[in-house]
Amino acid sequence: MEGRIHSTESFGTVDGPGLRYVVFMQGCPMRCLYCHNPDTWDASGGRLVSADDILSQYEKNRVFYQNGGLTVTGGEPLLQIDFLLELFSKAKGKGIHTCIDTSGITYNPPNEEYTKKLDELMRLTDLVMLDIKHIDSERHKRLTGMDNAPVLAFARYLEGKNVPVWIRHVVVEGYSDREDDLVALGTFIGGLKNVKALDVLPYHSMGEAKYAELGIPYALKGMKPLENAAAIKAKQKILNGVRLAREQKKN
Amino acid sequence: MQYVYEGWRGFESGTWVKEINVRSFIKHNFTPYNGDDSFLAGPTKDTLDLWAQVLDLTRQEREAGGVLDMDTKVISTITSHAPGYLDQNKERIVGLQTDKPLKRALMPFGGIRMAEKACADNGYCLDPEVKEVFTKYRKTHNAGVFDVYTPEMRACRSSHIITGLPDAYGRGRIIGDYRRVALYGVDRLIEDKNEQKETTRSTMYAEIIRDREELSEQVRALGELKEMAASYGFDISKPAVDTKEAIQWMYFGYLAAVKEQNGAAMSLGRTSTFIDIYAERDLREGRYTEEQLQEMVDHFIMKLRLIKFARTPEYNALFSGDPQWVTESIGGMAIDGRHMVTKMSYRYLHTLVNLGPAPEPNLTVLWSTGLPENFKRFCAKISIETSSVQYENDDLMRFHHGDDYAIACCVSSMVVGKEMQFFGARANLAKCLLYAINGGIDEVTGKQVGPEYRPITSEYLDYDEVMHKYDEMMQWLAGVYVNTLNIIHYMHDKYCYEKIQMALHDRHVTRWFATGIAGLSVVADSLSAIKYAKVRCIRDERGIVTDYEVEGDFPKYGNDDDRVDSIAYDIVHRFMGHIRKNHTYRESIPTTSILTITSNVVYGKNTGATPDGRKKGEAFAPGANPMHRRDTHGAVSSLASVAKLPFRDAQDGISNTFSIIPGALGKDDKIFVGDIDVDICLDCSSGACGGGPTLFEGLDTDE
Repeated sequence: MEGRIHSTESFGTVDGPGLRYVVFMQGCPMRCLYCHNPDTWDASGGRLVSADDILSQYEKNRVFYQNGGLTVTGGEPLLQIDFLLELFSKAKGKGIHTCIDTSGITYNPPNEEYTKKLDELMRLTDLVMLDIKHIDSERHKRLTGMDNAPVLAFARYLEGKNVPVWIRHVVVEGYSDREDDLVALGTFIGGLKNVKALDVLPYHSMGEAKYAELGIPYALKGMKPLENAAAIKAKQKILNGVRLAREQKKN
Repeated sequence: MQYVYEGWRGFESGTWVKEINVRSFIKHNFTPYNGDDSFLAGPTKDTLDLWAQVLDLTRQEREAGGVLDMDTKVISTITSHAPGYLDQNKERIVGLQTDKPLKRALMPFGGIRMAEKACADNGYCLDPEVKEVFTKYRKTHNAGVFDVYTPEMRACRSSHIITGLPDAYGRGRIIGDYRRVALYGVDRLIEDKNEQKETTRSTMYAEIIRDREELSEQVRALGELKEMAASYGFDISKPAVDTKEAIQWMYFGYLAAVKEQNGAAMSLGRTSTFIDIYAERDLREGRYTEEQLQEMVDHFIMKLRLIKFARTPEYNALFSGDPQWVTESIGGMAIDGRHMVTKMSYRYLHTLVNLGPAPEPNLTVLWSTGLPENFKRFCAKISIETSSVQYENDDLMRFHHGDDYAIACCVSSMVVGKEMQFFGARANLAKCLLYAINGGIDEVTGKQVGPEYRPITSEYLDYDEVMHKYDEMMQWLAGVYVNTLNIIHYMHDKYCYEKIQMALHDRHVTRWFATGIAGLSVVADSLSAIKYAKVRCIRDERGIVTDYEVEGDFPKYGNDDDRVDSIAYDIVHRFMGHIRKNHTYRESIPTTSILTITSNVVYGKNTGATPDGRKKGEAFAPGANPMHRRDTHGAVSSLASVAKLPFRDAQDGISNTFSIIPGALGKDDKIFVGDIDVDICLDCSSGACGGGPTLFEGLDTDE
């Protein structure tokens, strides 16, 4: 079958371990204020590509990806779960390391059919990069337009499935840099057994130009990119929370 | 072994003892190194002092407008100048091109006008007597060439369909085997050359006469080399006895070459693993410490950074700066399967840390998948820190040249001391395509430069018609081009012969006849546009097509798309086929290269609009690079397109200039997240672990 994609990147170095072939899927239900890929929001945009086409492109330069693999990101890749199922099942057949970079927002246990597909997809997934935008529900809404309950539930679901997870968190000044929130986020992560890494990213404004091109107002207009040092500090606070959770668990 | 010379003590014997054969020496004696970079030593106080002095001199040079001092009277030869120093007491390796650092030498044998202009443009005045001698009494390479050029060649030259021809300056691209000076001492080399002269054939055909004259020149140059070294207080008639002497002897060989020739590329060769053999012996004997060895290397590299030539602004514009291409090839694999990385490979690269980054010498790693992991990581680290390392594919070149080749200039591979190259500038294939469309009329000047073939008269371009005409025009161009080069190299041999460099070669030298291609990606995209989109011709009042309108989209080279990549392949293959149809001077073997690393800007400037939508005067992409911003699928796809070009037809090299900001290689300038960055820093509260991802792997979770 065909999936709707925005673009591909043959030299992905920041979306999972090693050098990766990255597929940017089209469509996203979230509207994160700092999103740097607003051109992937529209679920009817992009172009249609078959799973076989993606894999044949991958295979051509397979030697580059021997320590890496295939990452789907977006957009929100889990919106096109049927396509991902075909893509990953074929990829696993070829021994390719698979990774999904997701917000987890589509997780919805009452939808049994979707959950069943998700179960199957997780069996084919080597790594999930889960982007937790905010630990606090209200401030999550302010930042993304949506509630974070499905995201946190998805994190627990992944723990239950024992799928390796890297947590990603973007620090935006005045939005996601409160100490108590960061510690709380750490406490949440620290309670999970399957988290393999934490990646804290400072806000950058490189997406701003795209908004202008698309004619979408940019909510964070004028905000300066966060300095790396501030992101390192934030990470330490999250790690403090992780330590706290682990100590509590021990006692 | 029972050694003949003190310099050979402790070395394993081999063919190299009986004949001049540095490769045999290396093969029998080198020690591959698999460890990491922790053994390396920092700069000594003397190194830092000298380097501060060099930085101060280069600052003065910059402030003086680019040239600090210049000879206008003394004609540079191997022995023309008294010894020069930075600070004699601090220098472990000595020798300058003239008697003062950064003083540029006068080298008129390539062409007196170029030498005169280089003086004048930099605010100096050539001595009138020198000018008179080289105008009236001593012919130059440049004068010889212009005596013979045909009107057609001159027209091609001035319309820039053939560009950058070495007809007024030194051709360069020859690497003397400077290691021979260290391993054998000059007396043994002279003896060898004399024997070669005694054993030439005795019927005096022109070639034999030429050989005998050249051998005499070589012997004389070797004598001058000894004399020059003696002026610095060294007797280099016998083999070097330790690392310091080996580097010094070798450097004198190189120095003699750059005193004699202002070549377009004056490369060093492949010396690090050779020198390592001496260093390993010295470490075993306790003669030198690691710090001392690094100091010698630092001072040697510092000397290479001081190499300068007198050049004109036009020359510098063509090459984007004032490059010397002191290329040194490092690493690679031996054909017996061992890798050739030694501690000295690390020490050479480490100069970029000890002295700071610099474009010269052009340190080039011969990359193979078989190189040791530690060395690969070290290279990556140095690349990220200094952006000063060039990489070339050893797995590809070793197949053709074995394991003792080196790179001249940026990509031209040749077996050291056994092969040399006739450097051949480039044919502008993008302009050639426009000639095919306009029936040989130059789109910029309106002059009939190429043959008066029938032009294309239709409004829209038809792929088959264009290809047919283009192929014919390429055949014409290849003919004029090769014959122009034949003249140039004949005259260079006659009036500007590289005596010392050729003295450091075998008797039987394989000569590569290098040609070059400019504008490949422009041509590939243009033909792709004609084939997959619609291209409309826009003609001016003279009826010449001077612009194009592209309707619709088309596959672009640089995206791993076979539809257009196969066109690029086909063009290279066809053009090389046409080149091969021509006679080449001195039984040389034709090759081509796609490597305009800098001159692509100048070539683009002189070329009209092209059917890919490129505007008149817009720069070409460098070398075999895709056109700027047309590769939209990331670096691997872009590299994959380039990698499809046939090396068999472009053996002189295919270049892809690739810049990447360290951050794009991974978080915190560490390459590839999660791959190398495996430090567990959950227990680290200092924040020293930076902003990259913190991996929890191996953490004792409580189960």
